[in-house]
Amino acid sequence: MILARVVGTVVATIKRPQFEGAKLLLVQPETPQGEAKGPTLLAIDSVGAGVSERVIVVLEGRAAGEALGKKLSPVDAAIVGIVDQLECVE
Amino acid sequence: MQLARVIGDVVATIKDPNFDSIKLLLVQPIAADGKDVGRPLVAVDSVGAGVGETVFFVRGKEASFPWHPIEVPADAGIVGIVDQPQIHTD
Repeated sequence: MILARVVGTVVATIKRPQFEGAKLLLVQPETPQGEAKGPTLLAIDSVGAGVSERVIVVLEGRAAGEALGKKLSPVDAAIVGIVDQLECVE
Repeated sequence: MQLARVIGDVVATIKDPNFDSIKLLLVQPIAADGKDVGRPLVAVDSVGAGVGETVFFVRGKEASFPWHPIEVPADAGIVGIVDQPQIHTD
Protein backbone atom coordinates (compact mmCIF):
# COMPACT_ATOMS: atom_id res chain seq x y z
CA MET A 1 0.00 0.00 0.00
CA ILE A 2 1.10 3.57 -0.55
CA LEU A 3 0.51 6.95 1.05
CA ALA A 4 -1.34 9.55 -1.02
CA ARG A 5 -3.24 12.80 -0.79
CA VAL A 6 -6.77 13.13 -2.17
CA VAL A 7 -6.65 15.94 -4.76
CA GLY A 8 -9.97 15.70 -6.56
CA THR A 9 -13.06 13.79 -7.56
CA VAL A 10 -14.08 12.36 -10.89
CA VAL A 11 -17.58 12.10 -12.29
CA ALA A 12 -18.26 9.58 -15.04
CA THR A 13 -21.69 8.75 -16.40
CA ILE A 14 -20.51 6.07 -18.79
CA LYS A 15 -18.59 3.39 -16.90
CA ARG A 16 -18.56 -0.31 -16.13
CA PRO A 17 -21.59 -1.31 -14.00
CA GLN A 18 -19.38 -2.34 -11.06
CA PHE A 19 -18.57 1.37 -10.56
CA GLU A 20 -22.24 2.29 -9.94
CA GLY A 21 -22.56 3.89 -6.54
CA ALA A 22 -18.81 3.94 -5.94
CA LYS A 23 -16.91 7.14 -5.26
CA LEU A 24 -13.91 7.79 -7.50
CA LEU A 25 -11.19 10.01 -6.09
CA LEU A 26 -8.04 11.39 -7.67
CA VAL A 27 -5.05 10.77 -5.44
CA GLN A 28 -1.50 12.06 -5.61
CA PRO A 29 1.03 9.55 -4.24
CA GLU A 30 3.31 11.07 -1.60
CA THR A 31 6.49 10.29 0.25
CA PRO A 32 6.17 9.87 4.04
CA GLN A 33 7.46 13.47 4.24
CA GLY A 34 4.50 14.66 2.20
CA GLU A 35 6.17 15.40 -1.13
CA ALA A 36 4.24 14.50 -4.26
CA LYS A 37 5.77 11.59 -6.13
CA GLY A 38 4.70 9.98 -9.39
CA PRO A 39 1.58 10.42 -11.49
CA THR A 40 -1.91 11.10 -10.13
CA LEU A 41 -4.02 7.97 -9.79
CA LEU A 42 -7.71 7.27 -9.66
CA ALA A 43 -8.92 5.12 -6.76
CA ILE A 44 -12.20 3.71 -5.51
CA ASP A 45 -13.03 5.09 -2.07
CA SER A 46 -14.25 2.52 0.43
CA VAL A 47 -13.76 4.50 3.65
CA GLY A 48 -15.40 7.86 3.03
CA ALA A 49 -12.29 9.93 2.36
CA GLY A 50 -12.46 13.51 1.16
CA VAL A 51 -10.39 16.07 -0.72
CA SER A 52 -7.10 17.08 0.98
CA GLU A 53 -7.07 14.08 3.33
CA ARG A 54 -4.04 11.82 3.54
CA VAL A 55 -4.96 8.23 2.77
CA ILE A 56 -3.66 4.68 2.39
CA VAL A 57 -4.14 3.30 -1.13
CA VAL A 58 -3.89 -0.33 -2.13
CA LEU A 59 -2.49 -0.78 -5.66
CA GLU A 60 -3.49 -4.29 -6.58
CA GLY A 61 -6.51 -5.56 -8.43
CA ARG A 62 -7.79 -8.30 -6.20
CA ALA A 63 -7.46 -6.22 -3.03
CA ALA A 64 -9.12 -3.21 -4.65
CA GLY A 65 -11.97 -5.42 -5.82
CA GLU A 66 -12.43 -6.67 -2.26
CA ALA A 67 -12.64 -3.07 -1.06
CA LEU A 68 -15.37 -2.39 -3.60
CA GLY A 69 -17.16 -5.58 -2.60
CA LYS A 70 -18.21 -6.60 -6.10
CA LYS A 71 -16.99 -9.63 -7.98
CA LEU A 72 -14.93 -9.26 -11.15
CA SER A 73 -14.62 -5.50 -10.77
CA PRO A 74 -12.19 -3.93 -13.24
CA VAL A 75 -10.39 -1.86 -10.59
CA ASP A 76 -6.73 -1.70 -9.56
CA ALA A 77 -6.62 0.93 -6.81
CA ALA A 78 -8.69 1.58 -3.69
CA ILE A 79 -8.48 3.88 -0.69
CA VAL A 80 -8.55 1.61 2.34
CA GLY A 81 -7.67 3.99 5.16
CA ILE A 82 -7.44 7.62 6.25
CA VAL A 83 -4.17 8.54 7.99
CA ASP A 84 -4.62 10.22 11.37
CA GLN A 85 -0.98 10.48 12.18
CA LEU A 86 2.30 9.26 10.78
CA GLU A 87 5.66 9.05 12.46
CA CYS A 88 8.66 8.50 10.25
CA VAL A 89 12.12 8.26 11.78
CA GLU A 90 14.16 8.37 8.56
CA MET B 1 -6.80 3.52 -12.37
CA GLN B 2 -5.37 6.47 -14.24
CA LEU B 3 -6.78 9.32 -16.28
CA ALA B 4 -5.93 9.38 -19.98
CA ARG B 5 -6.80 10.99 -23.29
CA VAL B 6 -7.78 8.75 -26.17
CA ILE B 7 -5.38 9.71 -28.95
CA GLY B 8 -5.94 7.02 -31.55
CA ASP B 9 -7.48 3.81 -32.83
CA VAL B 10 -5.43 0.66 -33.28
CA VAL B 11 -6.30 -1.83 -36.01
CA ALA B 12 -4.70 -5.27 -36.01
CA THR B 13 -5.77 -8.03 -38.34
CA ILE B 14 -3.47 -10.66 -36.94
CA LYS B 15 -3.90 -10.89 -33.20
CA ASP B 16 -4.75 -13.23 -30.36
CA PRO B 17 -8.21 -14.69 -31.15
CA ASN B 18 -9.49 -13.58 -27.75
CA PHE B 19 -9.18 -9.98 -29.00
CA ASP B 20 -11.80 -10.63 -31.72
CA SER B 21 -14.39 -7.83 -31.86
CA ILE B 22 -12.70 -5.92 -29.07
CA LYS B 23 -11.81 -2.31 -29.78
CA LEU B 24 -8.19 -1.30 -29.19
CA LEU B 25 -7.45 2.35 -28.49
CA LEU B 26 -4.26 4.30 -28.03
CA VAL B 27 -4.34 6.29 -24.78
CA GLN B 28 -2.00 8.92 -23.36
CA PRO B 29 -1.99 8.91 -19.52
CA ILE B 30 -2.47 12.39 -18.05
CA ALA B 31 -2.01 14.00 -14.65
CA ALA B 32 -4.73 15.75 -12.65
CA ASP B 33 -3.88 19.02 -14.44
CA GLY B 34 -4.31 17.42 -17.85
CA LYS B 35 -0.63 17.28 -18.74
CA ASP B 36 0.74 14.15 -20.40
CA VAL B 37 2.63 11.75 -18.15
CA GLY B 38 4.57 8.76 -19.42
CA ARG B 39 4.23 7.18 -22.81
CA PRO B 40 1.08 6.24 -24.72
CA LEU B 41 -0.21 2.69 -24.47
CA VAL B 42 -2.73 0.41 -26.13
CA ALA B 43 -5.86 -0.35 -24.10
CA VAL B 44 -8.94 -2.48 -24.71
CA ASP B 45 -12.21 -0.55 -24.60
CA SER B 46 -15.35 -1.83 -22.85
CA VAL B 47 -17.34 1.43 -22.59
CA GLY B 48 -17.42 2.76 -26.16
CA ALA B 49 -14.83 5.51 -25.81
CA GLY B 50 -13.56 7.50 -28.79
CA VAL B 51 -10.68 9.69 -29.87
CA GLY B 52 -10.53 12.99 -27.99
CA GLU B 53 -12.35 11.77 -24.88
CA THR B 54 -10.94 11.78 -21.38
CA VAL B 55 -11.22 8.33 -19.87
CA PHE B 56 -9.93 6.27 -17.00
CA PHE B 57 -8.29 2.91 -17.43
CA VAL B 58 -7.37 0.01 -15.23
CA ARG B 59 -4.04 -1.78 -15.34
CA GLY B 60 -3.37 -5.47 -14.94
CA LYS B 61 -5.40 -8.63 -15.26
CA GLU B 62 -8.52 -6.72 -14.20
CA ALA B 63 -8.55 -5.09 -17.65
CA SER B 64 -9.98 -8.36 -19.00
CA PHE B 65 -12.84 -8.68 -16.48
CA PRO B 66 -15.49 -6.98 -18.64
CA TRP B 67 -15.23 -9.95 -21.03
CA HIS B 68 -15.23 -12.65 -18.39
CA PRO B 69 -15.10 -15.65 -18.88
CA ILE B 70 -13.14 -14.89 -22.07
CA GLU B 71 -9.47 -14.59 -21.13
CA VAL B 72 -8.50 -11.46 -23.00
CA PRO B 73 -4.70 -11.10 -22.94
CA ALA B 74 -4.75 -7.39 -22.06
CA ASP B 75 -3.01 -5.42 -19.33
CA ALA B 76 -4.80 -2.09 -19.76
CA GLY B 77 -8.50 -1.45 -20.26
CA ILE B 78 -10.70 1.65 -20.47
CA VAL B 79 -13.49 1.28 -17.88
CA GLY B 80 -15.08 4.75 -17.77
CA ILE B 81 -15.50 8.03 -19.64
CA VAL B 82 -14.92 11.15 -17.55
CA ASP B 83 -17.66 13.80 -17.62
CA GLN B 84 -15.67 16.37 -15.73
CA PRO B 85 -12.61 15.90 -13.58
CA GLN B 86 -12.95 18.13 -10.52
CA ILE B 87 -9.53 19.04 -9.31
CA HIS B 88 -8.94 20.63 -5.96
CA THR B 89 -6.11 23.14 -6.02
CA ASP B 90 -4.61 24.63 -2.90
